[in-house]
Amino acid sequence: MASKILKVRVDRERCQGHARCFALAPELFELDQFGNGRERGDGTVSAALEAKARLAQSNCPELAVEVTEE
Amino acid sequence: MGNRPPAADWATDFDHLDPRWTENPYPIWDELRRSCPIAHTERFMGAYFPSRYEDVRAIAYDTEHFSSRRVVVRETRQSFPPAPPITSDPPAHRPAKQVLLPAFTPEMISRHEPRTRDICRELLDRIGDRKRCDGAVDYAQEIPVRVIAHMLGVPETDADQFRKWIKEILEIGITDISVLLRAQDEMIAYFADKIAARRTNPRDDLIGYLINARAEDKPLSDEHVIGTLRLLMIAGIDTTWSAIGSCLWHLAQHAQDRRRLAAEPALMGAAVEEFLRAYAPVTMAREVVKETQIAGCTFKPGHMVLLSFPAANRDPAMFPDADRVIIDRAENRHAAFGLGIHRCIGSNLARMEIRVALSEWLGRFPEFRLDPDAPVTWSVGTVRGPRRLPLLLGA
Repeated sequence: MASKILKVRVDRERCQGHARCFALAPELFELDQFGNGRERGDGTVSAALEAKARLAQSNCPELAVEVTEE
Repeated sequence: MGNRPPAADWATDFDHLDPRWTENPYPIWDELRRSCPIAHTERFMGAYFPSRYEDVRAIAYDTEHFSSRRVVVRETRQSFPPAPPITSDPPAHRPAKQVLLPAFTPEMISRHEPRTRDICRELLDRIGDRKRCDGAVDYAQEIPVRVIAHMLGVPETDADQFRKWIKEILEIGITDISVLLRAQDEMIAYFADKIAARRTNPRDDLIGYLINARAEDKPLSDEHVIGTLRLLMIAGIDTTWSAIGSCLWHLAQHAQDRRRLAAEPALMGAAVEEFLRAYAPVTMAREVVKETQIAGCTFKPGHMVLLSFPAANRDPAMFPDADRVIIDRAENRHAAFGLGIHRCIGSNLARMEIRVALSEWLGRFPEFRLDPDAPVTWSVGTVRGPRRLPLLLGA
């Protein structure tokens, strides 16, 4: 059975720099020079970090954090 | 606020300066959410009050119909010099905000954490081994004003003057325009003087940063810099002081939360977010500039909108058990710092200050409660927080 790959992505248009994702899951998110969020690398989430990815998603006031399965 | 006729009906005659609203607004908002989600008043030359999260959110995102050129609901429609970016609409808003953002990232704010911690410790030392103190006067109100003075590079001893201006602009000035205008002129003169001093003697502080900043490849005008400095001072002081005070007010009454937080410092982050949700201090405003409909309510141009992030944060449709403070609430998309392009630029600063202020306080005074013999009093108007918070210290 092929295991699914979980990914996070920050919608750059929606993000307003609340920086909640970075505070809750710095392993998965970083901030640019303006303090706006973006996923680290290609956004791949290891199994150990899945809960943190969901936490970041459920604390973004702008609904800018997407968690998808590929 | 003088002699105001009491609000006859919250849905059609609301008054956010009414003493009942000041004392405890939450039941009023709950009732409005159930009966008439968007209230209106003829007071303040006409103003709306959306009580639900989804309507507050829709208005915050809608910069076409709702302008930020007036961000406080007042008795008159006086024009004021702009305070960019809070009073800016698109397209001017973006460059005015971009220029400030790099100074307010979590990383830049963390540089001010040691001074913040020292300020808290100095205040706690001053309270010393007293058995009672005022958590608002002796502690909360002193922290953000000194931190912002430190960031701006002005004397922390000017703190009393800053708080006086803020009270005149945000409280007294809602109904007495002459007091507001005088405070504003004094503030403009104060900052003009500081800017002139930096031009002859450059310094590495926030005023110096703004003087050297460029937006769209042009330096900011003095008027722009002064407007932004007025904003940073007005927005950065009584807001966070109110938040810290509300946290202490809650913890004074909830021994379980207090002890848990003292025992589990790792909970502090989630707890601060929950306090921000439940006791969000800041209500903003918009001016309707183009007629539109939201939730069946027609918004008429010229009327103001009281944009209550605190009411949005208590909406049970968005937050289960919205009236309960759950310090480890896992899902928390609260709007204490606003939604959309006007997200509070000082949110990282406020969070740092609240976290440091609470952890230092709990380290020194793990046990405290409200003084049953002295009343808690609350601010009036657009920023909500305790102004007198008499506490008994120790078990």
